[in-house]
Amino acid sequence: MSDFIGDWHALLVLVLAGFLPNEIWRMLGLWLGGGVDEGSELLIWVRAVATAILAGVIAQILVLPPGALASVPGILRYGAVAVGLVAFVAAKRSILVGVVCGELVMLAGQLWWR
Amino acid sequence: MPLPPLESPIWQSSVRAYAFGLRAVGSTVLTLVLFATYLGIGALAHDTHFSLGWVLTSTLLVWAGPAQIILISSLGSGATVVQAAIAVTVSAIRLFPMVVAVLPMMRTPTTRLRQLVLPAHFIAVTLWVECFRLLPHVPRENRIAFTVGLGTGLVSVCLIANIVGYGLAANLPQLFGAAILLLTPLAFLLSTARNCRELADIVALGLGLALFPLVATLHTGVDILISGVSAGTIAYGVHWLRRRRRA
Repeated sequence: MSDFIGDWHALLVLVLAGFLPNEIWRMLGLWLGGGVDEGSELLIWVRAVATAILAGVIAQILVLPPGALASVPGILRYGAVAVGLVAFVAAKRSILVGVVCGELVMLAGQLWWR
Repeated sequence: MPLPPLESPIWQSSVRAYAFGLRAVGSTVLTLVLFATYLGIGALAHDTHFSLGWVLTSTLLVWAGPAQIILISSLGSGATVVQAAIAVTVSAIRLFPMVVAVLPMMRTPTTRLRQLVLPAHFIAVTLWVECFRLLPHVPRENRIAFTVGLGTGLVSVCLIANIVGYGLAANLPQLFGAAILLLTPLAFLLSTARNCRELADIVALGLGLALFPLVATLHTGVDILISGVSAGTIAYGVHWLRRRRRA
């Protein structure tokens, strides 16, 4: 058990920093739902902030890469994502095409670099 | 696999409705995107020294890709529990409007609030999109069972993806480990870009990407929060100005 999940402290951190702060919004939506208009100004702002936070997370992984991704030069990380985005737009918003093209650029770049 | 017509007698069994929900997992390309994302999350958890059981528990309890990535990467880079919790909760605000928009589709006059707790827990961007696509083809009284089937199916796919990603990160050469970690930003960027409906969404995405590296130089511990709230508010301002000019 302790090898699989880690210690109880790690599980407590997961509940306090991950589960509760995330789940509260679903339960609030369940509890208060109905009274909020989906097109209201407040929700447009909320959605913009949530999108920008997600963008920040994406940038964080690219700028301060974890683990094995740190072995890829910065220019190649940004380049691969940029190519993926261009391919996504060119392929009429196909996520699959974008992801595959981005990955291929990174793999090809890494192989060519060494 | 098409769903049976609304008046079909097949719908009278809620077990069948659950099974149809489960099978709908195979009918959407978003399942593939989720698989890639959770493959990345498994690899990320391995490379930031979390245990496999911990990341699987996080998928079951949190069930929101961005929140899990924020949690893992912030704790992994030394943030405190409070800093991580703040960043997670801000990223999760978007779940509120999703739940508010989706649950009325499942409600009947006799539905109890507690029957909606599990469907509400499963709501994240994929289920939100798929509910709008599929629920109109499901009789109203079967929609909860259908949604729970879809939710359990998607969670199972993601648990498998976590295990595979974690194992691959531990055993693959560095090159492929890096390729799996790159799946996360790629899949998130593109699925967010696809969900951009208004100018405010596009500005928020672009500005959020650009602002983070600048704010990160301040090393505040809540860099993501600062760049996100600023970029999001500016994006909302652009939306507000544009609409006022039109009016």
